[in-house]
Amino acid sequence: MVKKSAERIYLAFIFLFLYLPIGVLIVLSFNNSKTRVQWGGFTLKWYKNLFSSGSIMEAFGTTLFISLASALFATLLGTLAALGIDAMKKRNQAVMIGATNIPLLNADIVTGLSMMLLFVRFTRLGMSTVLIAHITFNIPYVILNVLPKLKQSSRTTYEAALDLGATPLYAFFKIIWPQIRPGVFSGFLMAMTMSLDDFSVTYFTKGAGIHTLSTMIYTEMRKGIRLEMYALSTILFLLALVLLLFMNFGPSARREEA
Amino acid sequence: MRNVKRQLLAGPYLLWMAGFILLPVVMILYYAFTTTSGHFTLLNISSIFASIHLKSLFLSLKLAVICTGVCLALSYPLAMILNNMKEKSQGFIVFIFILPMWMNFMLRILAWKLLLSNNGVINTILEGLGLPVLDVLNTPAAVVFCMVYDFLPFMILPIYNAMSRIQQDIIEAAGDLGAGSVTIFFKIIVPLTMPGVVSGIIMVFVPALTSFAISDLLGGGKVLLIGNVIEQAFMQEYNWNLGSGLSLVLMIFVIASMALMSSKGEEGGAGVW
Amino acid sequence: MKRKKAICCLFAGLVFSGLLAGCGSKNSENTLTVLNYGKYLDPDAIEMFEEETGITVELEEYITPENMYTKYRAGAIDYDLICTSDYMIEKLIQEGEVLELDYSNIPLSENLDSTYFDFSKSFDPENKYSIPYFFGTVGILYHKDMVDESKVNSWKILWDKEYSGQIIMADSVRDSFMVALKILGYSLNTTDDEQLKEAQDLLLEQKPLVYSYLVDEAQDEMISENAAMAVVYSGEAGYALEFNDKLAFSVPEEGSNMWIDSWFIPKSAKQKENAEKFLNFLCREDVSMMNFDYVYYATPNQKTKNSLDADLQENTTIFPPTETLNNCEVLKPLDDKATMKLNLLWKEIKAAD
Repeated sequence: MVKKSAERIYLAFIFLFLYLPIGVLIVLSFNNSKTRVQWGGFTLKWYKNLFSSGSIMEAFGTTLFISLASALFATLLGTLAALGIDAMKKRNQAVMIGATNIPLLNADIVTGLSMMLLFVRFTRLGMSTVLIAHITFNIPYVILNVLPKLKQSSRTTYEAALDLGATPLYAFFKIIWPQIRPGVFSGFLMAMTMSLDDFSVTYFTKGAGIHTLSTMIYTEMRKGIRLEMYALSTILFLLALVLLLFMNFGPSARREEA
Repeated sequence: MRNVKRQLLAGPYLLWMAGFILLPVVMILYYAFTTTSGHFTLLNISSIFASIHLKSLFLSLKLAVICTGVCLALSYPLAMILNNMKEKSQGFIVFIFILPMWMNFMLRILAWKLLLSNNGVINTILEGLGLPVLDVLNTPAAVVFCMVYDFLPFMILPIYNAMSRIQQDIIEAAGDLGAGSVTIFFKIIVPLTMPGVVSGIIMVFVPALTSFAISDLLGGGKVLLIGNVIEQAFMQEYNWNLGSGLSLVLMIFVIASMALMSSKGEEGGAGVW
Repeated sequence: MKRKKAICCLFAGLVFSGLLAGCGSKNSENTLTVLNYGKYLDPDAIEMFEEETGITVELEEYITPENMYTKYRAGAIDYDLICTSDYMIEKLIQEGEVLELDYSNIPLSENLDSTYFDFSKSFDPENKYSIPYFFGTVGILYHKDMVDESKVNSWKILWDKEYSGQIIMADSVRDSFMVALKILGYSLNTTDDEQLKEAQDLLLEQKPLVYSYLVDEAQDEMISENAAMAVVYSGEAGYALEFNDKLAFSVPEEGSNMWIDSWFIPKSAKQKENAEKFLNFLCREDVSMMNFDYVYYATPNQKTKNSLDADLQENTTIFPPTETLNNCEVLKPLDDKATMKLNLLWKEIKAAD
């Protein structure tokens, strides 16, 4: 019993640790004061202002676009790559996996800077350079999520299907796809989360007038962040909460587990 | 029976890697080994031995090791507790640790800054309780604290993942054969979670070693990490050659230590989910 | 199988080239690419400009003048209009990177007080290249109850052990060295090895007393009373005073730095006409007022200043009086060698225990 309650306290401690700053931000989003360091009473005005603030909404749109587009593209490229790698010889596989790990191991800052050096040399910075950079650091997450599922999937069923006259494409969608789908999906989600939370790579590769929420916060940090930003973050957080809760406990979750 | 045609599916990825991973590294190499006027030099590389650079590298190493250690010490028992809980939906556990990431990390760090500051919430509470106040902001301790905060999920998830894969039969079999819980822990659980631990260590150690934003925000300009030195060389001093040289050293350093690390774990053990 | 592969390759190739083609195709449009300090321009003013002229403004922001120099020199973005500080403009003028302004396109520049064009002559001798935007000094923002007010007239208070752990220093090479050099009685533009070394020793001696090195965040720390004093720009101080009436601002008697942030058109400009239109727009009384409200720094715009409340006009924190300004020096660009030396000295301070 003592052990049980010690475990409870420990869990509570970790959760407090993880969610305390989020609580602070949510409280601050209702703060009726121009500066974040003073409490000036409860207000909803930052939420109202938020939707009329063009620059924040634009940064929000950019952030969503970049994370969605880069995650989608990385998922496509990464899944294909995983299929290819899976078909390789053991030794080549090891080399490929090793190479795939490099961007994960590389510091954000080095990834961002090296890309900046490349882009600066050959082109102009813009939205596409940010996208390319995000896709690049997202692909490994997809591959590393899909590959284990492929390894678990049974190859014999697929081959049997081929022997029975199924086209490779048909056999793929009927047999392999259902088995790797959770991996592809979690790879996509992970890629999107990483892209959403990225600062360093975007900071070094973005063109003029392009802001994601991260870079906007960074440049505003020195002069005080607009409280609308807190409001937006709160909304975003609650949306993610609802979405993920639904995915875990909603009707589709049952199917996913089956 | 390897399907040669299927291997070609990796083609676009290989092209992509060549263009956007290999080529950028070549750019770093080029800048690292040249002077501003384009002549060959080794000075950018050897400048890591300049006393300030060495100092910041060691400080970064120290903080990264502490951060990784603390994360491991916090995560391992946590993973065990989570694994023993009735709620077995793995998705839910993952979700709890991924969710904070949907709020921008810089805002979360700023929130810690508010909490930890001299007249912040935590100190006000401590003062109210008659306890001594904290004075951690703008010190390496604050930087480590927030690194742990930021990177903890990357340690918990792989360990939890590895642990949840251990089949209960094995543990029961060991128990039936007379192993005590201590023996089971050291002979079964620890070895079987090793791949998870290794990938957790990698995923925490690397960003901790190379981070610059956290020290920028919480170090009060007094904590100069190697990441800060590199960022400054690039963005403030317009010395891309020096920045590239130091980046290269950092890169080699990280890859070497990780190769060492992962040779001890299972191949491709970076499955976070 | 073959077809599928071909389709895959084609698709990848298409997207790939599409992405690359997307780069740098924006210059032909009716745009204006502006580089400015962070949060130094009211976004509503930009929207207004876009509506009035149909020009799309791409705003890029930076944090320090050195940061701006890197961004400009990287050449990855063609900026049409840049706002930065005096010494950085002088450096770029010396390097031949600045285009002459055509004042006939900027008739509203007459709204600006000629005094500030005179001040600008220290870095732009014929006022050919730049138009002042905001100006101010550097001084000590302090908390009246926590600090002995008889001592704030000297920079030396920042070395007073009594305030250990309560001092916020400027996190910028030039500003921090300015403080030390002024105490030593040297010019803040010195390149003399001995003098710089002396200043570094002084700053090293100070480091254990320093709570943090900050730039603009200092104002928040002071408002929430986390420190007793901070080295800040006059504009930050004016803003902080609004939120906490226990705070006060002083420009020490040893003298200080007077800075002017000005607009200029760099050589990379592809849209010079649009840039001048924007400059003219910025000088307009209502726009200048919007920016003053947003930034809260001293504006050189005489019309805007005259329409402010009397007590705001006489606020010596925001608008430094002439005698204070006369006791101040403007920063000059240092040559590459001196810059590198200063950077190294500063890094040593930052890395010290």
